[in-house]
Amino acid sequence: MSIIQNFPLFNIVMSMMSGVISSLLPRRQAKCVSLALIGAAGIMNACVLWYVSVHGQYTYMMGHFPAPWGNEIRVGVLEAVLAVFFCAIMFLSLLGGERYLDTDVEETKANLYYTMLDLMLTSLLALIYTNDMFTAYVFVEINTIAAGALIMSRNNGHTLVAATKYMIMSLVGSGLLLLGLSILYDVTGHLLMVNMHEQIVSYAQTGEYAIPLTVAMALMSVGLAIKSALFPFHTWLPDAYAYATPTSAAILSSLVSKGYIFLLFKIFYRVFGFDFVLDHKVTNLLFAFGVAGMLMGSVVAIYQHDVRRLIAFSSIAQIGYIYMGIGLAVPMGTVAAVFHIMSHAASKSMLFIAAKGLSEVSGDSKDFAHLRGSGLRNKLAGVAFSVGAFSMVGIPLFAGFTSKVYFAEAALTAAGGKLVVAMAALAVSTILNAIYFIRALITIYTPKECADFDAASYRIPVTMAVALVCFIVLNLFLGTWSGSIERAIATGLGTF
Amino acid sequence: MGHLFGNYYEAVAVVLFGIGFTTLLFHRNMIKKIIGFNIMDTAVYLFLAAKGYIAGRAAPVPESAQALKRAEDFINPVPAGLVLTGIVVSVSVTAVMLALTIRLYRRYHTLDIDQITLLAKREQYEEEM
Repeated sequence: MSIIQNFPLFNIVMSMMSGVISSLLPRRQAKCVSLALIGAAGIMNACVLWYVSVHGQYTYMMGHFPAPWGNEIRVGVLEAVLAVFFCAIMFLSLLGGERYLDTDVEETKANLYYTMLDLMLTSLLALIYTNDMFTAYVFVEINTIAAGALIMSRNNGHTLVAATKYMIMSLVGSGLLLLGLSILYDVTGHLLMVNMHEQIVSYAQTGEYAIPLTVAMALMSVGLAIKSALFPFHTWLPDAYAYATPTSAAILSSLVSKGYIFLLFKIFYRVFGFDFVLDHKVTNLLFAFGVAGMLMGSVVAIYQHDVRRLIAFSSIAQIGYIYMGIGLAVPMGTVAAVFHIMSHAASKSMLFIAAKGLSEVSGDSKDFAHLRGSGLRNKLAGVAFSVGAFSMVGIPLFAGFTSKVYFAEAALTAAGGKLVVAMAALAVSTILNAIYFIRALITIYTPKECADFDAASYRIPVTMAVALVCFIVLNLFLGTWSGSIERAIATGLGTF
Repeated sequence: MGHLFGNYYEAVAVVLFGIGFTTLLFHRNMIKKIIGFNIMDTAVYLFLAAKGYIAGRAAPVPESAQALKRAEDFINPVPAGLVLTGIVVSVSVTAVMLALTIRLYRRYHTLDIDQITLLAKREQYEEEM
């Protein structure tokens, strides 16, 4: 057994321990621990990615109790790719927004912010790697608490209200998930995904327990859809993203909801099997809500005059894209959805960090009326915002374009009705995206003096500059060299 | 109907889940929302505990080494473990929610979530003026 095989579990334990240690350290050390931890986790997961791409996937038994008794971690190419990517996004988000944490978070409590960040990493990695449904539930709840704390860490009225709304909706979602998995456990008698799947396949042949299985699948799908802010359940999202500190907003929009979507992938592919899901028409429902989200999120975004709320509503539209990809019910659709998880994460976190850079040079206002000319005052943030906006609209060379191409390819292989609806939704939503993002770009590049801004003394923070440059490179990389990533996702899904 | 009465533990659990769920989602008072959340989670624990029990079998605690019998004599201990884990989770979430409620109350002097939302909006409006 190679030492690299231990890395996924070691990562989860290591980040949990760092969370405990950070709660005892002063602010600056806690920040260093967090940055080092996320960097180390990224490097270790890169080793794991190399290992699984050479030696193939493996299952890691905890305490050497074989299935169906023990708890397992399963590592494949897809899991490793996402783990590396999540670590990279988290690192860059923290780096880009770290300077504002000093002012946004109370000084005596600043180290606890890093504790929550470490716990967030723990729960994301565990959600990616675990092969056990109940472990997944426990880490879903840890993720909820950490995300709630990240929202309310900036101490003002809005964040408290936003965190309350987020917690309530999240608890509703995880309650449904818990009931669903309890029913599933009772019907199948197992908690490990693979063993559950074997039982479900045998029930599908004999026709036993058809209703409980359908109910369990519906409960878990709805629960995770609420938690990942699919369209009719998105009400908590705009406030949470708009008022939290930039690092929190970047991490919440790009990673937290994606962890839940990945768990939904696992439930669909590994627990039920995709044929079972197709027979029960769940994908049609997700497709309908996904398309509705794509359009409604963009329409509402047009009316926003606050740059962060605009980005938040755009997130709702992008979550709609991902669910539409799952809903197409073809293999390519899922590949496109996973790729969009990555391209959206890369673009959205960059937009949130860049938006902070723009409002910083406009008297700390997020209103478009005051942001006029900010792209000229803070050039790098302006460029990064443009790259993010181009990517979200779907201009060639940028990440968002590639995922739209994959969605279109997937739609071409889908059944007749879905083809038309998906293509029309893609076209309309692209135009809507263009309307509000290009208006935002015109605003930030319209020359106008700002009274509160002193050009001579302003320097963009070095950490933010580094993070933004890395984000731009990452975005261009996803947009132009997407072939290898797409192949990795397809191989990973093939053996999922 | 026969199924409903035959599985009355499960039926009651699901009804309780519904009560807790609607309270958590629709009630305006924060404290009652938290109570609703606890009813909802407890209902799932009742469901799990009821499912783990097998009529006529003993608790999985042998009285002595000699009394160690076959697995068929005992009930399923795994649901009890799940319930314990679940209780730990819901206790910590309840603590977070209560802490959040205290902070909201100190700031807005009310527990009504609709009123709090309104007050937060007014606060923002005054900031922008």
